This record gives sequence, structure tokens and C-alpha cells, in this order.
Amino acid sequence: MKVLVPVKRVVDANVRVRVKADGSAVDIANVKLSMNPFDEISVEEAVRLKEAGVASEVVVVSCGVQACQETLRTAMATGADRGILVDTDVELQPLAVAKLLKALVDKEQPQLVILGKQAIDDDSNQVGQMLAALLGWPQATFASKVIAEGGKAEVTREIDGGLETVEVDLPAVITADLRLNTPRYATLPNIMKAKKKPLDVVTPDALGVDVTPRLTTVKLAEPAKREAGVRVADAAELVTRLKNVVHAI
Amino acid sequence: MAILIIAEHDNQVLKSATLNAVTAAARLGEDIHVLVAGSQCAKVAEQAASVAGVTRVRVADAAHYGHALAENLTALIVKVAPDYSHVLAPATTTAKNVMPRVAALLDVAQISEIVAVESVDTFVRPVYAGNVLATVRSAERIKVVTVRTTAFAAAAAQGGAAVVEALEPAPEVQGSRFVNQQLTHSGRPELASAQRVISGGRGMGSSENFALLDDIADKLGAAVGASRAAVDAGFVPNDYQVGQTGKVIAPQLYIAVGISGAIQHLAGMKDSKVIVAINKDEEAPIFQVADYWIVGDLFKVLPELSRELDKLQQG
Repeated sequence: MKVLVPVKRVVDANVRVRVKADGSAVDIANVKLSMNPFDEISVEEAVRLKEAGVASEVVVVSCGVQACQETLRTAMATGADRGILVDTDVELQPLAVAKLLKALVDKEQPQLVILGKQAIDDDSNQVGQMLAALLGWPQATFASKVIAEGGKAEVTREIDGGLETVEVDLPAVITADLRLNTPRYATLPNIMKAKKKPLDVVTPDALGVDVTPRLTTVKLAEPAKREAGVRVADAAELVTRLKNVVHAI
Repeated sequence: MAILIIAEHDNQVLKSATLNAVTAAARLGEDIHVLVAGSQCAKVAEQAASVAGVTRVRVADAAHYGHALAENLTALIVKVAPDYSHVLAPATTTAKNVMPRVAALLDVAQISEIVAVESVDTFVRPVYAGNVLATVRSAERIKVVTVRTTAFAAAAAQGGAAVVEALEPAPEVQGSRFVNQQLTHSGRPELASAQRVISGGRGMGSSENFALLDDIADKLGAAVGASRAAVDAGFVPNDYQVGQTGKVIAPQLYIAVGISGAIQHLAGMKDSKVIVAINKDEEAPIFQVADYWIVGDLFKVLPELSRELDKLQQG
């Protein structure tokens, strides 16, 4: 069975972003960009399925600018077999990404698509569910455990009150939550090997997908800063202040 | 046109998150309908009908809605969505699972986790773990929106007298089955809606040490939460997690214990009214958002805090 894993290149999780002075965009000049952490988890899960003999091939896809090739190479260095870049400079919104992925699924015919549950830049948490909808496939989102066998996947999901287990028929879409696995690091020999793995480039036009943004960003702003706080000496002082100053207890 | 809200419930009780979504809907229009899709969920429909501001409750009662599976809920929602200008849901894990599926089938963009309504087509939503607020405008014919509950006050649970009508269930969708649920029961307030929360981080050191937080939580009537590091270390279950990818909360009082304050944790609690931090590291980033902080060993400070709260109660 073939597994498709979409990966997104995002501002690194440890970078505190700044909005440009005119409020038009986030300043990403000279900022470290990395693979979305949830996508590292989905790549790892697909690679583990391959190592377990459940998956036969792991194909990684990224939609965006040329530099996303680096992200694909990173995924290939941790075990993915080949990569596809959907090359575009257009700002891609979740519905457009889902449509691009749908077109690739139609072509590649995977039995499973594993995505990160959300990207840490736009925090939308939409693409996996949208892709499942467009394909008419079942979905198992926010996965913390996946057992795929016999044309089905049993998936444990992280939900507000605890955990829930669902069973989906394959083909299906799964989105990865944090505790699904701990991604491995790429070793130097594997980074070298990844450079030789196949990487195809396609365009949205060639896939027949209109990626025009649907939402207009009117402005970006940084939230108001909290007022500076006070260091207190001990629990007694804390309780006094909470009771008498801010009436929080 | 009217606005539709997808009710969050467990077939017995309408979850308070729905009330926050009603408040957001009231900024968009006056005709507010609530869809209750469930199994033997008549009680939930009654509760929804009494929410102030709700004008109509539509109930789809069928076995295949019992576990809120996305495939089945979506099939129902897309059937009724064309009657509405907006389809809203509180940003719970249920709605986050369902709503993008709805939006895709309607071929419209979804607007995730709004924190403010600027106008009927313009919304504010946090991006980059809440470090940036984006104002976005949607020209879609149906606006599919999830609502960050902490950003909107709850509508009054009583005072409304909405019409309740049955809605024909959509045919069952195959391919996905509920197997089981393991819910965490603590006897304390729900983390997502608690007025007071005490959270522990990696500094707690072990699962057993969370008992120190339980003790204070019980004295304060608080819920217990955790940082991602504490959940990843296996100290507490995943549903305790407060942060960008866990629960986003804004209680009246938030006490962070042994939590350094990673960006993704701050994203989940920095809108709390009063923030207290206890950490032995003087440089911990959590102090930058705290109203009060104590630099010290939590294993000394927590028992002291417990005794001070006892004194307060006696006193």
C-alpha cells in the first residue's frame, strides 16, 4: 500500500514572529524555516508503516515555493521514498491545498494519506478534513495511535475529554496529533542518500486546480502586551495579593 | 438569512461551549438556529431552546449521530447549510473534526477559531500560536466559522423560547465506526470552562507529584491542566494539555507551576485574567506574562500555598 504524506514548510516553532510595520505580513526575512512539527510526525508514522511491512512506498508532497524542496529532502532523509513539489508562489489557503492534494491522490492512488493535524503558522487545522471530504473518504483526525491492517485502520484520537477510538475503512485520511510518535533525526548518510531520491515538480495548472485565495487578509497585528507583573516573596504574600488586590480567590 | 450553530453535546447535556458560539452569532444577526444532531438527544434540544437569543432548534435524532462522527454530521450539515449565511460551531475537537469537511463540500473557505467579529464578513483570528492576530474577510456565500470559546462570553442558558422542530436525518454514511471512548473523570470543573486552573509542567517531575496540584485545585475549586512537556513525559493524560495544540483557555485565575513558558504553552493561557507562575528558574519566560510570580522550589512553595489557603478558609 502506498502512503501519501503532505508536508509544509513553516516558520520554525522556536521563532517568535514579528508583524511588518505596515501590518501587511509577517516578517520572515532571515527567519529559520522548518518542516511543520506535526508533519514530521506524519512522515515518521508513514515510514514506520513501511518498516513494519504495511506500507510499500511513502510519497511526500509539498505545495508552495521552490524552497519547499528542502522540506521534501528532509522528509526523504528520514525515510520517505520520493517527493513531489507543487510549485507555486501564490499564497495557498487550506481549501486550495486540499484540492491540489486531491488531484495528486487521483493520480497516485494511495490507500492512506497521513497529514499533520495543523500547521503552526496559520493554525487552521483544516486540510486533512477537507481532503477527506473532497475524496469522499473517511477521516480519523488528531491520531495518537494507528493500527492499519486488513483494509482498515483503527485510530485512537485525542478529543477534549480524553481519547476516542474509531475504525475507518481504507482508503482514508488520518491526521497526526503530538503523541502519535517521536520523529527520528536524519543521519548524515541518509541526508546524502536523500539527495539522490526522485523529486518531481508539478504546477497547480497542470493539476487543473484553481488556487486563488478565498479569504482576504485585511491586516495583521500583534496582540496587546500584558502589563508587567510583580515578583512576590512567598505563598503568604501571593495569597494576600490574590485575595485583596485582584480578588481572584 | 439566519445563522446556524452546530450544538456541542453528549446526547444528554448541551455543552457550555455552545453558549459562547451563540454570543458570537448574535454579533452577526438576530435569527439564530441551533442544530442538535445526536441519538436520543431530546433533552439537549430542550436545553438549546431555552438559550437566550436562539430562535429555532432543529433536531436530527438518529443512531448514526450518536458519536458525532464527522462523515455523518457533515452529510447532514451540508444539506441544511444553504439556508444560512453563516454556519458556526465552538472550536471543540468535535467541531474541528467536522467543520472543515463541511466547508470543503460546500466549496467554501473555513475561518478557524475566531476571537472577534468585525462585521458579517470580517473576523479576527489568531495565527502563529496567538502571537499575531489576523483580520480576514470572506466573500464566500456561506461563512463556515469555528469560534474560540474563551473570546466570547457565554449566552444565558435560560430566557429563550425557541421553536423546536424535527429535521429528517441524512442517510447513514458508511466507512467509519465508533469503537470506544476513554474519558478522564476528575470530579473537578472542566478544564476548558473552569474559572480557575492550576497547571503543572515538566518541573513537577512525576505523575505522583501532580497530587500536590490536585490538593490546591480542590481548595480553589479549580481544574488541573498541564504543559505539553508534562503530557509528553506521561505525567498526565493528553486532555490536560493547555497550549497552541491543546486547549486554549482563559480562566479568571491561572497558576502555572514548574512550567517554563514555551511559546506554544503561552498560546493556550495568556488571555487568562490573572496569571501566577511558580518556577525555580529566575529567567523562565512564563514570568513575562505573569501578574505575580514566585521564584522558588515548587515542592516547598506548593505545601506553603496549601497551608495559606487553609488559613484563608478558616479565617
